[in-house]
Amino acid sequence: MSQLLARGTGMPVGPTPSFIRWIATRDHTLFWRLLSLALFCGAWEVAGQIPVNYALPPFSQTFMAFVGMLADGSLLSAYATTLQPLVIGIVISAVIGVAVGVLMGLRPLAEWLAAPVFIVMQAAPMAALIPLITFVYGIGMTSKVLAVTVLALPVIVLNCYKAVRNVNPSLVAMCRSFQGTRWQQVAKIVIPDASPLIFAGLRLGISAGFIGIVLAELLITPTGIGDLITYHRSVANYAEMYATIASIIVFSAVTVGGLQRLEVSLFRPEKREIA
Amino acid sequence: MQAVLPRAWETPVPAKPDNIVEVRGLSKFYGSFEALKEIDLDFPRGELISLLGPSGCGKTTLLKMIAGLLQPTAGQVLVKGKPVTGPGPERAFVFQDFALMPWATVIRNVAFGLELRGMPKAQRHEIARRYIAEVGLAGFEERYPHELSGGMRQRVGLARALAVDADVLLMDEPFSAVDEQTRRKFQEDLLSLRRVQRKTFIFVTHSIEEAVYVSDRIVLLSRRPGRVSRIIEPDIPRDGTPDEIRRDRRYLDTIEDIWDGLKRFVD
Amino acid sequence: MTLFGHRVPMMSSLLVWCLLWELIGRLDLMFLVPPFTAVLAAMVELVQSRQFLAATAITLRSFAVGMALAIVVGVALGVLMGRFRAADRLLGMWVNLFVSAPLSALVPILMILFGLGDTTIIATVFMFAVWIIVLDTQAGVKHISGSLVEMSKSFGAKPRDVYLKILLWAALPEILAGIRLGMIRGVKGVVIGQLLVSVIGYGELFELYSRNFLMERFWALTILVFAFAILVSELVGAIEKRIEYYAGVRQ
Repeated sequence: MSQLLARGTGMPVGPTPSFIRWIATRDHTLFWRLLSLALFCGAWEVAGQIPVNYALPPFSQTFMAFVGMLADGSLLSAYATTLQPLVIGIVISAVIGVAVGVLMGLRPLAEWLAAPVFIVMQAAPMAALIPLITFVYGIGMTSKVLAVTVLALPVIVLNCYKAVRNVNPSLVAMCRSFQGTRWQQVAKIVIPDASPLIFAGLRLGISAGFIGIVLAELLITPTGIGDLITYHRSVANYAEMYATIASIIVFSAVTVGGLQRLEVSLFRPEKREIA
Repeated sequence: MQAVLPRAWETPVPAKPDNIVEVRGLSKFYGSFEALKEIDLDFPRGELISLLGPSGCGKTTLLKMIAGLLQPTAGQVLVKGKPVTGPGPERAFVFQDFALMPWATVIRNVAFGLELRGMPKAQRHEIARRYIAEVGLAGFEERYPHELSGGMRQRVGLARALAVDADVLLMDEPFSAVDEQTRRKFQEDLLSLRRVQRKTFIFVTHSIEEAVYVSDRIVLLSRRPGRVSRIIEPDIPRDGTPDEIRRDRRYLDTIEDIWDGLKRFVD
Repeated sequence: MTLFGHRVPMMSSLLVWCLLWELIGRLDLMFLVPPFTAVLAAMVELVQSRQFLAATAITLRSFAVGMALAIVVGVALGVLMGRFRAADRLLGMWVNLFVSAPLSALVPILMILFGLGDTTIIATVFMFAVWIIVLDTQAGVKHISGSLVEMSKSFGAKPRDVYLKILLWAALPEILAGIRLGMIRGVKGVVIGQLLVSVIGYGELFELYSRNFLMERFWALTILVFAFAILVSELVGAIEKRIEYYAGVRQ
């Protein structure tokens, strides 16, 4: 493999073994990722084969279970069920969160009234409220959407608020010096300047929303991913259970990571300007 | 920067300079800290006046009060005889940190003042293009600020201030964030700009050489509280090459003279 | 915000919300919102009950053990990753994955591996808290200026001294920031773990109260847990501020 990769990256041939030189001189993110992944799966496989614990299936078995669940469609239909309240909850949180956050950044009264509430909400274990939500709204869609919203909203609001508060004061002064109205100031300076941080807040909100939906499905109502986890656990299909859990973690990481990439390509060039 | 604008010749130059900006008994407190104390100053039309002083003397505060960005605690600023209550179209500001919108192209940045006035896009872009060319950035219209050097960014800031066609240009240490070579080039450009534009420039700087090199009149401010300590009119030949000016006896003597006065403020 | 020329403290608006709560409770608009004063009364009652004290003891113990493990492992891993590129590249991916992953999904695994007891809760707290500590420590160690390490070596410091006398201290602001965030996550972890296991500590009480419609008690417990979370983060925040004087110099 080393020869193949080395040729691909234009490795100069030298007296030292090419593989070592190649490792020492270049930045190979992909290689390290694969190595890291291989080590992790290897360790998992070995631990599962010994077995360290009766409830720890080896990696290979888990992977086969994953393929099996993909093939019989149970995983896909579970994701379809899970993503629906997640998306609705995120959209609601985003709309309310950005509006409230921007308002808090612009109006001292709104800041005074709302900021402490959201600061408490972000620091506190909001998950404690999920049993109450279930109690009031039953085990349906509303509860799940609320669970997502309750976890995603504070982080979106607070990021928006910080973004607006940290708008470059020099740009605001510039807008004023050219007789920009308050409205022009908000629309043409504050919102564009705050948008990278607002977007980062939305990404964190989605990350929190994943936690909310998984919790809701585990605690409230066995549907979607939560149902797959609970069901396979109850019948001791541990490989299937591990596969489901790993898939939701990877899915969330890929989603959030993708958003981060998008963020960099959308906003980073201009962020470099601040020197 | 030699693009010639017709209006510079159409405006008759009065025989006796009238004062376009007048500062009357201006004071500024920050809490109990007195930043500026009873400033009285006249700024004749068409001159380049520098506000020079040690850091913390309130020169930027004074400039921002003339711009209408800060409210004075006492006293007032008159522009063309009318008291200042906020920013106005007859004044344009050039910022120390450029204050360019990083998400907008050079042309949108330059046209921003006109955009805020509601001028149609085609028209404001035409004007912006003219001033971008005037500051020597033709061809960079569609670039973003982060793609430009510090000096080029300040040219964008300058073009933006010129584009709104104000009578008074307020410049807050405009060259302090660029390197020395660029700075000197800028000073030359400022002098030639002054010859063609016939605007009034109020220029804040902490560099004695810079103030003496470019100014018709230098206002020296003292510190704690900021007051006018002296007004100097450098008598320097403007017809020589930059090199000759910088070696001129009178130029060097004026610098020494100011430094002698300022020494005691340096801690 | 300023009112009549006086600065109004930010957190004071919470009083307004409590008043509104009381009002809604008094008007009997919603069953799940009892008057705030009734909740306070329930709180007084609650903190004296043996049930609550037992649950608190269990919860605090799981939290403390889990956090201690997370801090020790997190700081060690972070320093390792900050100092050695290979460690950073091997582990960085996993730390970044887990720091934003829905870790609550892992609790069922912990439950079958460690049983429905304390160990699962400790493991949950650890899992929630450790990654952010690793990440912040790594960032702190990585950004220490090289000249500081070179200085200590030039004065004859042994590798052990470099770690204990230079690296840990120079990275302390970031480490503490990581610990503070880790604590907030740890409190969330202890609550989520107990809710999912639902037979021990506060999780059991939350179940009990919401199942039996004891709204006053439910809210009293919620407020206490929230207050604990805020207290913990404020405490570490205060320590952070105390060392800010030299952290500020460094920048």
